Amino acid sequence: MSTQLENFEQPDSFEFTLEVMEMAKAHISKYPEGRQASAVMALLDLAQRQHDGWLPRAAMDYVADFLGIPRIEAYEVATFYTMYNLEPVGKNHVQVCTNLPCWLRGSDQIIEAATRNLGIEVGETTDDGMFTISAMECLGACVNAPMMQINDDYYEDLDEISTESILTELKLGQTPKTGSQIDRKSCEPIGGLTSLNSDAGSD
Amino acid sequence: MLKDQDRIFTNIYGLHDPLLAGAKSRGDWDGTKDILAKGRDWIVSNVKESGLRGRGGAGFGTGLKWSFMPKESDGRQHYLVVNADEGEPGTCKDREIMRHDPHKLVEGCLVASFAIGANTAYIYVRGEFYRETEVLQHAIDEAYEDGLIGENASGSGWDFELYIHRGMGAYICGEETALIESIEGKKGQPRLKPPFPANKGLYGCPSTVNNVESIAVIPEILRRGAVWFESLGRPNNTGTKLFNISGHVEQPCTVEEEMSIPLKELIDKHAGGVRGGWDNLLAIIPGGASVPCLTKGVCETVLMDFDSLKEQGSGLGTAAIMVMDKSTDIIAAISRLSAFYQHESCGQCTPCREGTGWMSRMMARMVAGNANLEEIDLLEQVTRQVEGHTICALGDAAAWPIQGLIKNFRPELEARIEQAKKNAVA
Repeated sequence: MSTQLENFEQPDSFEFTLEVMEMAKAHISKYPEGRQASAVMALLDLAQRQHDGWLPRAAMDYVADFLGIPRIEAYEVATFYTMYNLEPVGKNHVQVCTNLPCWLRGSDQIIEAATRNLGIEVGETTDDGMFTISAMECLGACVNAPMMQINDDYYEDLDEISTESILTELKLGQTPKTGSQIDRKSCEPIGGLTSLNSDAGSD
Repeated sequence: MLKDQDRIFTNIYGLHDPLLAGAKSRGDWDGTKDILAKGRDWIVSNVKESGLRGRGGAGFGTGLKWSFMPKESDGRQHYLVVNADEGEPGTCKDREIMRHDPHKLVEGCLVASFAIGANTAYIYVRGEFYRETEVLQHAIDEAYEDGLIGENASGSGWDFELYIHRGMGAYICGEETALIESIEGKKGQPRLKPPFPANKGLYGCPSTVNNVESIAVIPEILRRGAVWFESLGRPNNTGTKLFNISGHVEQPCTVEEEMSIPLKELIDKHAGGVRGGWDNLLAIIPGGASVPCLTKGVCETVLMDFDSLKEQGSGLGTAAIMVMDKSTDIIAAISRLSAFYQHESCGQCTPCREGTGWMSRMMARMVAGNANLEEIDLLEQVTRQVEGHTICALGDAAAWPIQGLIKNFRPELEARIEQAKKNAVA
């Protein structure tokens, strides 16, 4: 993580807002009686979302106490799964897939475009706290490579120009188009349908 | 080539309404009650007869797996757990099912759960698929509202609850027992088998874990008949299959094709061919990152199915095809996968925890040629010490790509080392 965040402060306390509390209870209700520990992953995620995208120690303690499980179990989960951010991250977490299918189609250039545009390296956060860049393992959109995930959304079929324009739009507070950045609905062949193009395939 | 009328996933590209109205117009939820009325045994035996083999990578017979579940409950609940933790590099098929054809999965969950005596199912979706989860949850909500699932699901007399459990970023949770641990609220570390999940799975109860695609094709197989599905492909390799074609092709895409389609035909017909033409092909990884790569010669004739790829020393895996043309540094490509396995090892078994690190570091040196020729054999030996010596298959998966590299591209490894030595002298 970047130098400016190395000495980040851990808040003393954490608690769910009333709205999030209701969502937490709904998650717990999905599991059998006495199996509320199953909801720990969902509740830690709710806590992270409530807390600017990162999970402080106080939130882990709160979730463990909320579920009536030992705190160490919440720590184990929070430190095992990579989507829990244990340090502050930028408001926009730019996660560039760098695994093989994306690498074959130029993820190195996407990383270059992102670092150039934002003026930070992979693993760093901008001074204004708006952007963090991370290099990711396979995000599962391989036929739309290269791609990146920013918060909950995927941006696919990228090149350097579209990558920079997405980041620039976010800087300006705009909402960039999600999904494929080229003339493509989803995972169909770019040059036109090679299947599902007869009447039998339509509704 | 597979005819459109034989395709199961008729909205895989999301060109039509993915939700209930659209799904019903495409034939989903048609006569679900009648299917359930035929009983558990009928469903299981028909799925067996269809020849359906699990679509998540291992290719175990789906009907056979179901038949391991206890016929009667001993008082414990039964669970269906659907593996939507799609993370095998190259693989992006379940994502399309969940966001574009979610009702095939929801209906399949009901039918499969009924067949194994489960009143509850969990779909474990990888956490990064947030938008896909929203669509799937919407489809589940619609199904509840329409009486298709819930109490007396589809008027069948069977009560059925369906929930989503989101992962939070761990490739290993795609392993079925790690996935179960994760639903129980723990770190995703695989369990020793036996006991198998059918005896002692989620919450210590009889459970079956199936891949999204395996479950989503079930209703259509039962509606059209096992004979229809079984007539597609080859014996022991039946039906249709979703293929993901990525990497150096003109038109990367996902497509449903007949099992056993020749690899070359698949790429030429649907992916616009190899970038720069077939002769520009270097190698293909045919089934996700965990299976060994194939050289061009093999790619000319190999069929995309379990048996044909196994005969060539590789595997169908998830049917995620990664194409590499002659511009590819194949050593760097495999090294990238080694780094991935090191990152994703759960740390439980020593050969994998230490071995993935060893292999990754050695591969990084091979990329630079910073090695001795004997170290190629040493690296091969290290892969053999990891392979088969761990609780789950992640160790094997980390070993196989390197074994494939050494088997197929040893001259490249040697040349890299020789070149580095020359450069050092100069």
